[in-house]
Amino acid sequence: MDMELIYLAIPLASLFGAIMAGFFGKAIGRSGAHTVTIAGVATSFILSLMAYNHIVLEAGDIYNQTVYTWMVSDGLRFEIGFLIDQLTVMMLCVVTGVSLMVHLYTIGYMHDDPGYQRFFSYISLFTFAMLMLVMSNNFLQLFFGWEAVGLVSYLLIGFWYKRETAIYANLKAFLVNRVGDFGFILGIAAVVMYAGSLDYKEVFSAAPQIANQTINLVGDEQWSVMTVICILLFVGAMGKSAQFPLHVWLPDSMEGPTPISALIHAATMVTAGIFMVARMSPLFEFSETALAFVMIAGAITALFMGLIGIVQNDIKRVVAYSTLSQLGYMTVALGVSAYSAGVFHLMTHAFFKALLFLAAGSVIIAMHHEQDMRKMGGLRKYMPITWITSLIGSLALIGFPGFSGFFSKDSIILAVGESHLPGADIVYLMVLAGVFVTAFYSFRMYFLVFHGEERMDQHTKEHLHETPWVVTVPLVVLAFFSVVIGWVTIEPMLFGEYFKDVIFVKESHNVLSQVGEHYHGQWAMIQHGIASWPFALAMAGVGTAWYIYMKNPQIAVTASQKFSFIYKMLDKKYWMDELYVKVFSDGSRGLGKGFWKGGDVAIIDGLIINGSAKLVGWFASVVRHMQTGMLYHYAFAMIIGLVGLLYLFASPVS
Amino acid sequence: MTFFEVVFYAFSTLMVVAALGVVSARNPVHSVLFLVLTFFAGSAIWLLLEAEFLAITLVLVYVGAVMVLFLFVVMMLDINITRMREGLMRYAPFGIAIAILLIVQMIMVVGPENFGLQAFAAPELHGADYSNTKELGRVLYTDYVYAFELASVILLVAIVAAITLTMRRRPNTRHQIPGEQMKVMKQDRLRIVNMKSETIDSEDK
Amino acid sequence: MIPLSSYLILGAILFAISIAGIFINRKNVIVLLMCIELMLLAVNINFIAFSHFLGDTAGQVFVFFILTVAAAEAAIGLAILVVVFRNRQTINVSELNTMKG
Repeated sequence: MDMELIYLAIPLASLFGAIMAGFFGKAIGRSGAHTVTIAGVATSFILSLMAYNHIVLEAGDIYNQTVYTWMVSDGLRFEIGFLIDQLTVMMLCVVTGVSLMVHLYTIGYMHDDPGYQRFFSYISLFTFAMLMLVMSNNFLQLFFGWEAVGLVSYLLIGFWYKRETAIYANLKAFLVNRVGDFGFILGIAAVVMYAGSLDYKEVFSAAPQIANQTINLVGDEQWSVMTVICILLFVGAMGKSAQFPLHVWLPDSMEGPTPISALIHAATMVTAGIFMVARMSPLFEFSETALAFVMIAGAITALFMGLIGIVQNDIKRVVAYSTLSQLGYMTVALGVSAYSAGVFHLMTHAFFKALLFLAAGSVIIAMHHEQDMRKMGGLRKYMPITWITSLIGSLALIGFPGFSGFFSKDSIILAVGESHLPGADIVYLMVLAGVFVTAFYSFRMYFLVFHGEERMDQHTKEHLHETPWVVTVPLVVLAFFSVVIGWVTIEPMLFGEYFKDVIFVKESHNVLSQVGEHYHGQWAMIQHGIASWPFALAMAGVGTAWYIYMKNPQIAVTASQKFSFIYKMLDKKYWMDELYVKVFSDGSRGLGKGFWKGGDVAIIDGLIINGSAKLVGWFASVVRHMQTGMLYHYAFAMIIGLVGLLYLFASPVS
Repeated sequence: MTFFEVVFYAFSTLMVVAALGVVSARNPVHSVLFLVLTFFAGSAIWLLLEAEFLAITLVLVYVGAVMVLFLFVVMMLDINITRMREGLMRYAPFGIAIAILLIVQMIMVVGPENFGLQAFAAPELHGADYSNTKELGRVLYTDYVYAFELASVILLVAIVAAITLTMRRRPNTRHQIPGEQMKVMKQDRLRIVNMKSETIDSEDK
Repeated sequence: MIPLSSYLILGAILFAISIAGIFINRKNVIVLLMCIELMLLAVNINFIAFSHFLGDTAGQVFVFFILTVAAAEAAIGLAILVVVFRNRQTINVSELNTMKG
């Protein structure tokens, strides 16, 4: 079969499902909607597997061609094209795989929702947009996918559009993403300006020349063009991948239905930024400044967002903050040029975070849409499958040796340890501290939900039971992958030749090859991991969580009172929301009001429009006295003119 | 002093005096008559310049028609002459000052040093066989035929405008309406009445 | 021979007199109209003088048209005057100031 057709069909199958469910949702009904969208995504998934098979297993040709030329303007081509290589096929499999799981799960989760067809249409549309993003071979299509996933994310966070909080959250997500996208499009503009092309291949081949140029941004200071481009592009990634300080939208996005939290805000969309930076590795490699910037932003996110997760009580928000923290790890990996490790963590994280979200959703279904962990507890007796899978997900998240998270996260930490970028030492300490924090909040959630006394009310308790198979099957599948995916893929992805032609790393930055020198197979890595700091810290985190929340719950209360400032700071998320609302929201509203009152009402309406009319009126009221209506006055005016004219004629003669 | 010069200075003096009379006469009728004199002197000057046709036209059209129209209007409007002329002297110094200023300025422009005989030599006079009317007519009906037609339209418009402006319906005047007359039917005017024939009684009865 | 400047000066004098007339006469619109006729006559003298001295008939054609327009103007002006007098019982210039701003 022709591979080009397969590649074309991958996104279009999802799009077809979305269109059918979206425009003909009434006609095809509920079961029709989920049948057609699941069929579409399943087709995409199977075709993605075929593409994976072709590119990776059969070592087929990398596909990089233009499918459609939209327009050509002054030599700049706007195209739709596909670049199918190892990175793309991996992303394709992850995106379509997780999406398929979420589609199945949605049948159970959204069972009673009136917007059933709409929901399926959205998630299929999201899958389409995400596929277009990862398959792109040029910046234009990348930007299209980028904006399209942002749009669908907006629609889905506000899916329950009658909830005030949901509307607030989706608006917030959209606005914060605008900030990032603004940087992103500026970055693309800079790429076009200096490389003269939107095509990845041409831009990458022009990268060494661009790296030598400088640009004059503010004052007389010369900036490296590459640094400017990379930082601008990364600002886009910061918005989409929720890196500090553009992270504020992600926790609020939990207002959306849980499958969305799993699909978009954990597994796929937020990784778009990571994917993009990895894809742009030939650019980022030429700017150490940008790499250091990326690394530090990631480290801050990894540690401090994890800390917030400790004090959250909403089960989904804990998972959300954990997502932020894990995205921080991926970003750190990108910063230290361990792109493969970042992408590797992206993949493992997609599985175990989707698992955790879906497990949380399962708990929420069972609890009748109660999300407060303080009203849960002891659920393991009622929901054994959810319990086990959650445990697996949590272990994977904290990096317990052998689980997928262990391989990816330990690789990142090792890579950071090898890095020579400025600030790498501090970042190393931060990511190590992050391990403890991750373990602490993960198991705090786990213990609060599944163990301890049963704090729910009597009515809920009577109805507690395991969720239906459409919910548990995706859990089991994802749990399976959460366990094995790391073991299976670490060797080719990190130390093998998997990303050899895709990700470009300068020899001086190549931390992974240094890590690879000490790598002697998965089993050796596990043995080594047990004896290393991260494992000890993770165990300490689990132990602390157990002690505080199981053994002696009093400590949590005392600690929150004793360190009330720190508690408050974490509870208020470092006052970031308040800061943004006060400074940017109120600031821009104040600015708008100032422009409205001062600029529009006073200057434009008042001075220019009414003022000019008044000036004319005043002038006319003065000048009208000159119009006496007397004939001889007009004649006199003419004579004056005549005398003046004659003077002009006469003067040169006389 | 040649004959031409005698004629020129005589008529220009007459013309200036008459013009002054137009401006200063107390009675508008006198003003009009002075204007007639001015035009008459003007036409004499034009004859000196070999513009015979226009000189005659000026006398016929202007003096004969336009000035008579003026006279007619002046006499038709019942104007209080004494009131009309009061305040004449009040503005006279001002008007005279303006006039003198203008004359001085214009003489500086069109005076002998610019338009004297050195600058513009006097042309040869045409012979007796020269017809100014024929010459003017030739130009007028060839080169300027469109402008000529336009002028006729302007005159037509002037006639129409003058009539429209001054015509008014007088409600109490009696006039015929031919259309109404034509529409009259027999039954509107004629009434046939049936009545008993009267018998003639003899008076002597 | 009579130089061109003499004719032009004659025209200038007539023109100045008519302007002075407009200033002096503040009462009678008819005199104003007559002054305008006088002004046109002064201009016509200039045209004819130039036409004669340059040997170009075009100047006389101009005079012809000016006469036409002046006649039309006199007719309409007098008609307006009659209407004004009929409506306001005066042709006093100082009282005709409906156009006052």
